[in-house]
Amino acid sequence: MSNAGKIDSLSKLIPDHCQLQLTSNNQLKHFLTIEGLSKELLTEIMDVAESFYAVADQPVKKVPILRGKTIVNLFFENSTRTRTTFELAAKRLSADVMNINIATSATSKGESVLDTIRNLEAMQVDMFVVRHADSGAAHFIASHVAPHVSVINAGDGQHAHPTQAMLDMFTIRRVKKDFSPLKVAIVGDILHSRVARSQIEALNTLGVKEVRVIAPKTLLPADTDALGVDVYDDLQSGLKDVDVVIMLRLQKERMQGALLPSKQEYFDCFGLTEQKLKVAKPDVMVMHPGPVNRGIEMDAAVADGPHSVILQQVTNGIAIRMAIMTMTLSPTRISKPEVAKP
Amino acid sequence: MMTLIKNGRIIDPANNTDVVADLYIENGVIAEANNKATIDKTIDASGKWVVPGFIDINTELREPGYEHKATIQSETKAAVKSGFTSLCCSPNTKPVLDSTAVVRFILDKSVEAGFAKVLPTGALTIGLDGKALSEMNSLHKAGCVAMNQAANSNMDAATLRGALLYAETFNIPVILKAEDASIRGQGCVHDGSVSSRLGLPGISPSAETVAIAQIIALLEETNARVHITGLSTAKGVAMIASAQRAGLKITADTHAHQLHLTEQDMLGFDANYHLNPPLRTAEDRDALIEGIAKGVISAVSSGHQPHQPDAKLAPFPSTAAGISSLETVLPLMLELVQRKLLSEQQMIACLSQGPAELLGLSAGSLSVGNVADICVIDPLATWQAAGDLWQSAGLNSPYFGQQMIGQVSQTLVNGKLVFEK
Amino acid sequence: MQDVDLAIKEMAATLKSLMVKKSIENPLMIGIHSGGLWVAEKLHAEMGLQKQLGEIDISFYRDDFTRIGVNPQVKPSNIPMSVEGENIILVDDVLYTGRTIRAALNEIFDYGRPDSVTLAVLVDRGERELPMQADVIGLQLDLSPQKQVKLTGPTPLALEIINT
Repeated sequence: MSNAGKIDSLSKLIPDHCQLQLTSNNQLKHFLTIEGLSKELLTEIMDVAESFYAVADQPVKKVPILRGKTIVNLFFENSTRTRTTFELAAKRLSADVMNINIATSATSKGESVLDTIRNLEAMQVDMFVVRHADSGAAHFIASHVAPHVSVINAGDGQHAHPTQAMLDMFTIRRVKKDFSPLKVAIVGDILHSRVARSQIEALNTLGVKEVRVIAPKTLLPADTDALGVDVYDDLQSGLKDVDVVIMLRLQKERMQGALLPSKQEYFDCFGLTEQKLKVAKPDVMVMHPGPVNRGIEMDAAVADGPHSVILQQVTNGIAIRMAIMTMTLSPTRISKPEVAKP
Repeated sequence: MMTLIKNGRIIDPANNTDVVADLYIENGVIAEANNKATIDKTIDASGKWVVPGFIDINTELREPGYEHKATIQSETKAAVKSGFTSLCCSPNTKPVLDSTAVVRFILDKSVEAGFAKVLPTGALTIGLDGKALSEMNSLHKAGCVAMNQAANSNMDAATLRGALLYAETFNIPVILKAEDASIRGQGCVHDGSVSSRLGLPGISPSAETVAIAQIIALLEETNARVHITGLSTAKGVAMIASAQRAGLKITADTHAHQLHLTEQDMLGFDANYHLNPPLRTAEDRDALIEGIAKGVISAVSSGHQPHQPDAKLAPFPSTAAGISSLETVLPLMLELVQRKLLSEQQMIACLSQGPAELLGLSAGSLSVGNVADICVIDPLATWQAAGDLWQSAGLNSPYFGQQMIGQVSQTLVNGKLVFEK
Repeated sequence: MQDVDLAIKEMAATLKSLMVKKSIENPLMIGIHSGGLWVAEKLHAEMGLQKQLGEIDISFYRDDFTRIGVNPQVKPSNIPMSVEGENIILVDDVLYTGRTIRAALNEIFDYGRPDSVTLAVLVDRGERELPMQADVIGLQLDLSPQKQVKLTGPTPLALEIINT
């Protein structure tokens, strides 16, 4: 059953806020959400990332593309992993990087988000990479920055984590090449997951055959039809014949409220083991945005096993972020080298 | 002092009147027709409607305590420009409206401003804490027309039961927002397709229906009465209709914008659409309109919540909920009439007669001898909701800047002209 | 029609004597993707150089990058040894504004500090925008700005002149 057909009617649901990230000729100005981006643009991002992929293998792991640009990692929510990959990507592009962790700075003393942005802009910043606990935060910031500044969403509340979704798609493409025959299952806390929302959007736009979500009812959003997914509440049927399994990270808080009883029960029902993977295709890919909670989302055998591409995801994350930073700060069309005059 | 409102279409649902005629006002009161009298002032209402001044059951005036958002002066002035001659202000001021001193302050301020009348609603519990009953009788005698728990839906069932019984002792209406705080949680939009898609925490309809069920059960046992304000769900309408059929004393109002906007109208993360109760589905909206047509919902309120600009300048979930809605009630209600979803009589009734009846006020009609609270409406006049034509201190409305159809020409309070276009 | 193979043979001969004149015994030849690399392959074979041929893609180093954008077909640069202290023969197909050579020099110097760089180009069509000059030129062409010269290949190598 294909989800691709659901996309057309769904695109009417989300109008203007997707246009904010594009220029008048549909180039990337900010990178806020996968929603509203065409299949062509997503493919272009992955192509550009591919060209950056080899930079990491060279003795000089730098290219001068963003030399002279100042990039600020503005993290209102803690995250060492994501922040360091953005920092590494920016430095490989020869940009200057500033890290601001808001929990320990002025905003926790009551400075508004808007004032924080204004103060940083006064220091001639070119790009903000933003992570915030509120859905819509990256859009809010993007709609208030100066015209030359670009904003990249490193995760806003439960809404979107578009760079994660892109590196996941890039990882899938590097292994599986063609998206159209793929059955992809996403397992875990869909309701609270910005990663899942962006992944679902990307998978449907790229035209995979099926997007499945597998979760207990307490961890599903109210309207799964609006997302364009097929819902399963048990792993056995949900994983049957899938080509890709994406395990979402389960946060500890979920096991304290009225959502889930315990880690053990979650692992029994929804945790991945080699045995449970047997119903999927023999060459199934296992993915996880990291860090893995061993014994909750999957056991060590799967995390370290032959199906896992978790480490490749990390490597791919740098190339993808280099591509996205480059494309948003570079205002014109991608072109063939012959057009340039030697 | 005799005033004549000439040749207007008088729509007075309480008296079943819809006729083009003259209306006489003498000494602040509606008088018998008398074409031999000396007229001191004439208002030509040709081509316009002459109706009872609107009564708003649910408005926040922000004073005392939140004057940076709005004041009694600015909002009562906005009210008369919008056809409202009486406003029931919410008790969630600072200090809370739980003492007669605050009641007197508000009444004095509104008289001083000289625009719409303010009918204070007193806090149901002290400090709106939901724990101890307020001095309802004193507040009522000082001028509160009802008791109100505002948005602080944090009372346990036993306290609510006691509050309803106590109010009933003194025949005081109780206004409640039907919301279960635990189900509402951190929600900021309807729990539906938009919340699922945008990852915004949702407020399930059960947040409203669980509260309504609790209220209905308490009414069955106590024979008290309750007015539910700001109804937003189809299921809620059905529950109230059923309770009314069973003879329970329960009434309801909904906000004018809930009869138009749904979650699908939210433009991405525009904080002007951050409301509580949230904008729900088309089915809910249609059920609310039908609820008015069938009389289950006997009043329409504004739910007016003016804010200073900063309150809406943050990521969506961190913005304050609420819109500045007083000034768009008339055009929104007229549109429902224009689309033949409500008749003119139904529209005027839910803005005047309905609110007056459920509060037990002898107002909301143009009967001879009634205080002359009147507005003259030009139903076809167009105006842009911005600049000088926007009076409220709060600019937080999804309609701000848009073209509106339907405007007030004149408003009289106690027979005195307090607004003229 | 220009005889590319002949021009390259003549370039090889000129380069050989130039290396003797400069007392360079073991140069490191680097070709610029894609046309420069094709020419370099032929030169490398013709001259019988010992050190393995290196290749660079200068897309990321172009100074008109922000106007032209990123080329997704960028190939990895591969210089088989450190450039530190090396005598480099840099090879490109067409020398025009000089920007490609400037980018190539920047990239090479990011890898280290060579002792010298000798520039050999198949076609010099004049109209410099930067002060770059080739040490060895295969063909000197005078073309109007509306025309573009392209090297097609790798087999056979041929020069195409097209209208832009």
